[in-house]
Amino acid sequence: MAINKPVRITTPLSNVDVQKLKVGMPVLISGVLYSARDSAHKRLVELLDKGKKLPIDVKGQIIYYMGPSPPPPGRPIGSAGPTTSYRMDPYAPRLMAIGLKGMIGKGTRSDEVKAAIKKYKSVYFAAIGGAGALISKCIIKCDVVAYDDLGPEAIRRLEVRELPAVVAGDMYGGDIYEIGVKRYRKK
Amino acid sequence: MRKVNVAKITAAVKKICIDTNYKVDPDIIKAFKTGLRREKSPVGREILRQLICNADIARRERIPICQDCGLAVVFVEIGQDVKLVGGGLRQAIEAGVRQGYQQGYLRKSVAKDPMIRVNTGDNTPAIIHTEIVTGDKLRVTVAPKGGGSENMSRLKMMKPADGEAGVKELVRETVREAGPNPCPPIVLGVGIGGNFEMCAILAKKALLRKLGKPNQDKRLAKLEQDLLRIANDSGVGPQGAGGTVTCIGVAVESRPCHIASMPVAVNVNCHVSRHGSKII
Repeated sequence: MAINKPVRITTPLSNVDVQKLKVGMPVLISGVLYSARDSAHKRLVELLDKGKKLPIDVKGQIIYYMGPSPPPPGRPIGSAGPTTSYRMDPYAPRLMAIGLKGMIGKGTRSDEVKAAIKKYKSVYFAAIGGAGALISKCIIKCDVVAYDDLGPEAIRRLEVRELPAVVAGDMYGGDIYEIGVKRYRKK
Repeated sequence: MRKVNVAKITAAVKKICIDTNYKVDPDIIKAFKTGLRREKSPVGREILRQLICNADIARRERIPICQDCGLAVVFVEIGQDVKLVGGGLRQAIEAGVRQGYQQGYLRKSVAKDPMIRVNTGDNTPAIIHTEIVTGDKLRVTVAPKGGGSENMSRLKMMKPADGEAGVKELVRETVREAGPNPCPPIVLGVGIGGNFEMCAILAKKALLRKLGKPNQDKRLAKLEQDLLRIANDSGVGPQGAGGTVTCIGVAVESRPCHIASMPVAVNVNCHVSRHGSKII
């Protein structure tokens, strides 16, 4: 897979935006993202189960699977790379069903999540795991908007500029991890 | 008896927690650079370039290499001629972890209860392994370990008949099934022998070895090379996006075991592979 010039995208995402995104495309994401990982997802889905309103409106938004290190003095946030996505698989389809358009994380997704990405016209981006310092530089503002008691797992509203990622799962069923590995696997 | 004040242990633990989270080991950077020459996938090469860049930003701008600053795994080898004074050993280690993670702006990643999931807020308790050795020195090693790679690790009680081929198959399966999740290029620690808990500790200790340094036993050094090739033949590549550089180091540790058993543990580490030591 050759590296193409990155496509610039800005949140929130519409169906038209998502349709253009194909697996393997490098992207630079700007705009607002919400960070949430294991514990926050659990709480969000518990609210949905009870028919209650969520503390954030996920419609058209991207959730970044990330729990940052604390901000050192003079910075909006500390290290801020992606966490492994499969742990959010039990919850992600529920959020896509109410309008979530994108997820940023790292690693493989379940068949249920891939089916939901197709069904609800969503997209899954992978950022580089363990490049938290580099990604931190793309985050210009960070505010905790829900579940402060969860510490690093609180939901944060992030303003980002040109956060580098790659389309890892698209609405056409493409999966970068299947395509890429097949090419280089011996036996 | 040589008296050692535990405050020295606290200070060492604190410093290693901070240092290992901001400064990528030069051996790892070297492996990234070698990987850049060997990686066949252009995407893989771009990822390796970004990891080199990330290490540079972390060091220059004081941002932790990774937001997962790890669960603090602490090994202490205590010479039997050392008398610890000034407080308890465990308390001294925990104080070092607490201070390091708080004052170093490191993420606190410990859940108080595995099923209730409340953050302890100071990254304690640490995982502590102590060993009494001869002499009047003390060696403290801290290896902050990320959750993503730890989750991909495995332990299998194999049959003696499985032999070396069984070890190879277990590593092959572990690397392939882990895929992108442990943040490749990975480092593998493989513990063979002992018993159920010992093989896991051996695997963890194997990760402390200097990257690329072979086992002193020629047969095990050869096994390390074979396992490295097996991992790289997986095609997983940097970040699992496909490629030829999946693993940058394999260390095997082995010891005697029961005549009925062949316990094997594979501890997977991410590309940051943090660890540091101090002799007191």
